[in-house]
Amino acid sequence: MHKYIKKPIVALAAGIVALSASLASAVEIEYWQYTYASRVKAIDTLIESFEAANPGITVKHTHFPYADYRKKVAIAVSAGDGPDVVQLYYGWLNDYRDSGLLQPLSKEAFPHSSIESDFFPMVSTMKVDGDYWGLPTAVRALALFYNKDLFAAAGLPGAPETLDQMVEYAKKLTKKDSDGNNEIVGYATDGGAGQEHHFVREVLTRLYGGAPYSDDGKTVTYNDAAGAKALKFLTDFQMTHKTGASGFMNRGQDAFKAGKAGMVLDGSFRINTFEKAEDLNFGIAELPGHEGNRFNFASYWINGISSKAEGEKLAAANKFLHHITSDAAMQLWLDTVGELPAKPAIALTDENQAHPYFGPFIRGLGYATATAFVSEQPQRQAIIDAIDMVTLQGASPSDALNKVAKDEQEVLDEYYDN
Amino acid sequence: MFVSFWNKLSVNQKLAITAWLFLAVPIVFYVCIRFYPTFEAFYVSTFKWNLLGAKKYIGLRNYEKIFADEDFWLVLLNTFKYAGLGVPISLFIAFCVAYFLNEITRWHDFIRALYFIPFLTTAVAMAWVWKWFYQPMPIGYFNFFLNYLGIPQQPFLKSVTQGLYSIMAPAVWAGLGFQVVIFIAGIRAIPRSYYEAAEIDGAGRWQILREITLPSLKPTVIFLTVVSTIGFLRIFDQVYSMTTNGDGGPLSSTKPLVLMIYEFAFDEFKIGRASALTVILFVILLAISMFQLWLMRKKP
Repeated sequence: MHKYIKKPIVALAAGIVALSASLASAVEIEYWQYTYASRVKAIDTLIESFEAANPGITVKHTHFPYADYRKKVAIAVSAGDGPDVVQLYYGWLNDYRDSGLLQPLSKEAFPHSSIESDFFPMVSTMKVDGDYWGLPTAVRALALFYNKDLFAAAGLPGAPETLDQMVEYAKKLTKKDSDGNNEIVGYATDGGAGQEHHFVREVLTRLYGGAPYSDDGKTVTYNDAAGAKALKFLTDFQMTHKTGASGFMNRGQDAFKAGKAGMVLDGSFRINTFEKAEDLNFGIAELPGHEGNRFNFASYWINGISSKAEGEKLAAANKFLHHITSDAAMQLWLDTVGELPAKPAIALTDENQAHPYFGPFIRGLGYATATAFVSEQPQRQAIIDAIDMVTLQGASPSDALNKVAKDEQEVLDEYYDN
Repeated sequence: MFVSFWNKLSVNQKLAITAWLFLAVPIVFYVCIRFYPTFEAFYVSTFKWNLLGAKKYIGLRNYEKIFADEDFWLVLLNTFKYAGLGVPISLFIAFCVAYFLNEITRWHDFIRALYFIPFLTTAVAMAWVWKWFYQPMPIGYFNFFLNYLGIPQQPFLKSVTQGLYSIMAPAVWAGLGFQVVIFIAGIRAIPRSYYEAAEIDGAGRWQILREITLPSLKPTVIFLTVVSTIGFLRIFDQVYSMTTNGDGGPLSSTKPLVLMIYEFAFDEFKIGRASALTVILFVILLAISMFQLWLMRKKP
């Protein structure tokens, strides 16, 4: 009797020892991002294919709600815990880098020459002090969403091509009741909230011949004639043309979704939202140009390697970063999440460029710039405040810009003086 | 050894030790989650720290920067507006409601419950409903009503002059239930004999209210004033939920101190500056509480 029990137990024990030995040789790395259903799904798919191709490496995927994301990453890492590979907004890079949370990407694993030849030029913002600190899977640009039914009803042929046309169309699209209350707004403005502050900074200011910041990014330069024209253009929709009011139907995207706005400005991630609205027949067009020029704003989330990763884990992290910034990963990201590939070779395929929804965004990438934020929140607030000063306090655009430029310059000085 | 020590003690000593053992739980709890962080805030407020990197000692620079910041003074003024207007308005309404509610017996409990429900409701949920009320047409009820009366639409939350009051209204409403209940309890605690004596002497309704009810309610009024002052000085949920991006706008016109602390700490990661602001708020609240103790000590 004894030997019948003994033998299987010995065999089982041997099995356990063998299994744990193989587990010990396996490497587990952690990947962190914020919770957004399609992003989570895309990363899960990528982890599956990565683990299949790299036996011995497992990736633990952790995600939190966006509202807590920055806080949790900061707290976990400052406690010596946290991810090996982490997703962060490009505008946060400086905060993270200064705090020693990230390590530079190794030049052997990620040669600079191939980054610079493969990725869109805006990714160069991630090169600081001679090193790259992270790479994006996807990038985002802005475009103009327009309501095809309202355009047809107003007898308009298609999306506006220029700023002047945009104003003219907005006037034609706007409908008011007998008391002068808005029923349909031509252009749904958000008073700078949402994506609109980017539109003022990187698109309108440049269209009017200016630049938002000096080339080294250390000085605010939008407080000039070009900036004033840019601010006037946007605030005139509320003040002069009366073709929209901030807060109408809550947010611009809500008004548009409800079919109560002719045009609204947003990113490709909004396509999903609008597709779900049943009676909404919408089109997407490139942002209007001015005097033959076009500009756009691009932003992205990067994947960086935390300073915690060393040895085997670092090697695994490098492999994983390669995997999630590969060509296949980018196409998957576009199809799953709706964000645009970060490499021109993948983004600018004929098929993608001709896509009725992605096409205008992808074409916009070709002439897009990314703001080098040092602290995104107060810098965003500066533009919103300038818009409020003009629309609520009747300040002149140039006075408003001078005032907020001073505040924003303090933010920049505080950062660069360190 | 412990047993022999325990056996030597008197019954009273044993009781005292047992009591202290039980009391130790909340004391330890409070020391860890209240007092320690409070003193830590004093300490951190003298550093420049972004939560991730090393702390850098900068003395009182955080305070200097705060006092030199125009926005801080605006925010402080806003905070005192919330308290300075919100407290008297809410106490006045609460007293009127309690006074008349006390007179009626029919539906008394039901009406009191109606007033109390907002107090139990999540501030965030309520703020969102009110935010919706304030929308321009075709969504907002208030503007719809104004339009019906032939009055032009009002911007409410989208205005630098109306924003703060628009946010104060739901905050007043939310606190009303609690205040009404306390006032009713206060009114009922006044001995009936006072009223009977006054009636025999031929005092009128107004005179009774002024000479008996109000003076007898002084402790209630002081208690409610202090509690709701502290509540209004710490207002956050309503402002965060009702303004665009929770920024206390437009142009910081509705931003209270606590929201500014939150922004410094969790949007800009200036933990030192945020701690310094916390200390300032602490000092203000402490001063008000001390003033309350002083008022309470003086017997009417």
